[in-house]
Amino acid sequence: MNNNADKIIKIDGVDVPFKDGQTIMDAALAADIYIPHLCHKPGLSPHGSCKLCTVDVNGRPASSCTMPASEGQEIANNTPALNEVRKSITQMLFIEGNHLCPSCEKTGDCTLQAIGYHLGMLDGHFPQFYPRREVDASHGSLVLDRDRCIMCELCVRASRECDGKNVFTISGRGTNRHLIVNSDSGKLVDSDIELEDMAAHICPVGAILIKDHGYEVPIGRRTFDIHSVAETDLDDVILTKVRHHDE
Amino acid sequence: MSNNENLRRIAVDPVTRVEGHGKITLLLDEANHVREARFHIVEFRGFEKFIQGRPYWEVPYFVQRLCGICPVSHHLAAAKAVDQLVGVDELTPTSTKLRKLLHFGQTMQSHALHFFHLSSPDLLFGFGSNLEHRNIIGVIEDFPDLALKGVRLRKYGQQVIEVISGKRIHGAATVPGGMNKALTIEERDRLLADINDVLTWAQEAVDLNEKIHTSHPENHGFGRLNSNYLSMVGDKGELELYHGGLRANKSDGSSIFDQFDYRGYYNIIREEVRSWSYMKFPYLTELGRDDGWYRVGPLARINNCDYIATPLAEAARKSFKAFGNGGFVHDTLAYHWARMIEVLHCAEAIRDLLLDPEILGTDLVMKGEKREEGVGVIEAPRGTLFHHYKVNEDGTIKKANLIVSTTSNNQAMNESVRSVANEYLDGNEITEGLLNHLEVAIRAYDPCLSCATHALGKMPLEVELIGADGEAVDRIEKASSGAINRTL
Repeated sequence: MNNNADKIIKIDGVDVPFKDGQTIMDAALAADIYIPHLCHKPGLSPHGSCKLCTVDVNGRPASSCTMPASEGQEIANNTPALNEVRKSITQMLFIEGNHLCPSCEKTGDCTLQAIGYHLGMLDGHFPQFYPRREVDASHGSLVLDRDRCIMCELCVRASRECDGKNVFTISGRGTNRHLIVNSDSGKLVDSDIELEDMAAHICPVGAILIKDHGYEVPIGRRTFDIHSVAETDLDDVILTKVRHHDE
Repeated sequence: MSNNENLRRIAVDPVTRVEGHGKITLLLDEANHVREARFHIVEFRGFEKFIQGRPYWEVPYFVQRLCGICPVSHHLAAAKAVDQLVGVDELTPTSTKLRKLLHFGQTMQSHALHFFHLSSPDLLFGFGSNLEHRNIIGVIEDFPDLALKGVRLRKYGQQVIEVISGKRIHGAATVPGGMNKALTIEERDRLLADINDVLTWAQEAVDLNEKIHTSHPENHGFGRLNSNYLSMVGDKGELELYHGGLRANKSDGSSIFDQFDYRGYYNIIREEVRSWSYMKFPYLTELGRDDGWYRVGPLARINNCDYIATPLAEAARKSFKAFGNGGFVHDTLAYHWARMIEVLHCAEAIRDLLLDPEILGTDLVMKGEKREEGVGVIEAPRGTLFHHYKVNEDGTIKKANLIVSTTSNNQAMNESVRSVANEYLDGNEITEGLLNHLEVAIRAYDPCLSCATHALGKMPLEVELIGADGEAVDRIEKASSGAINRTL
């Protein structure tokens, strides 16, 4: 039986083909349709935690990165109502951490910042949490700045699924949730993470940084100076961009 | 020490047409003699504390947010310190020239902003002239050609900054040991296209200032201080804004020290804390707390240097020097004149750098062995700026000390306020003119307490005169609209 050709979902009225086993996000990315997302990266298992990719499927909200595509789905994606909710979610991500874009070395290369711009976010709207979070600069090649962590768990999954390690995990509950390192001391230096690992480069914000580097790409040539976050093949661009530090 | 119980207190709060928040208080005895004059800085920033624990390479980008007018100065002073943290004492020739170019653009735009937008109304219309006209709008109405040239001078400086750092304010230029972008031929040619106009406007600004000073002898004593002067000079004693040794001279021109390696600045400068201001009071260790205060900035630099390496600015310096009969010029208002001489120097230096083939080089970054400590010093528009950082083994900042230019002028601004108050305060009657005289003295220093915003006289102001018995004798309020009301 051929499952590849005939099945169709509709996203914002457009016919989008899909294969069995694909999620709505998979189908949308393949069809070059942008659904805002932060915790999703093709090649890693879907996570469904950031909720930015929420779409209306036959009138009911669902995370497109975890919801399997199935025949007959009528999906609303790029609507004012959904984008307004996405903006609120993005604002909450900003105010829960300490995101000081003006001095952050990830500015211009930060997916969270780019989505903020994409959704027309002009301020944080909600009161700032100003959490006190620990910077871990113990590693020789990497810095973990938890101020900027959005708990997307891309590093957690990249370490487990791509690097064959288990460097990171999320600990705590509610507003006390935070990224921890699976080592006896809890320090990055005592983990087995290496500069070459996917987990060292996958952070969409400025939480995992390459040590002794930063601000090397001039304004005008940073990722989101020349790309839109809505480009659906951006993941490779971003990874290539950060990996140039290794040279 | 004054017996404050028998003194009257006048407060000017806040000081206007400077950026940020400061206030003046005067204590007068029963004969109206000024016994104490204080210029308080009432804002607190805390950068030295909250960069602790941050990665060292982030520092130039963090601390440039200290200021919206001279961010490049903080960026470069921090970058020079960070160069040392990565073991680089000398950049590639191209990177050094790019940083100088950036710094000249910064100095030009900051100086132009200060003179034309903030201070020229006082100097062109008179300190006690019609308040409603004594602002940049009045300058545009009465002297449109001059105002436009001032705006264009500033714009050009900002264009230089933008070409090198990507943005006119708070750009991204330096990396540890170098710069992140080479200058393209197109960018260079775009800047060269306007340089002759810029040189002409800068020369006119110098000529205007010379005329203002020579044609108003009554202002020679305005806030005048026979002070010590501190500045950086080049290795031949020439005016130097980016990198050199420290020189301090006494008011009679005699040397206190010369070509001092700024990395040991803490051996020659101490800082005193006083309870009534958030700004510290630095002094030269050798002369002690009472006599060691000094002035920095354009007046200090033009007085201290032996010559200026660019011909038009050097000719202007010689006229300046002649105004001081060959010695130091101590007039506080001469800050403005010296400032415009520096603008002319910047214009000439920008032209020379743009015509230097090495400015187009692509060898931008040097590497070295890491160190635990770095000191970066630069001549910011408002004076000598010190950034000192110590790092932990993991590359995070352990300790930071900044002596911002305006801090060095703290005692001098206080002395100038005292001097002007003594000369111009007349009886119990407070006039808006008096009020502005005090502010004119402070504005001459272009204080960077004011880093955040230019209020352009729109900030509300209140002056209160309290009699020796503690009763309010007089009170004047200036509303944000500029209206003056006597409220007592």
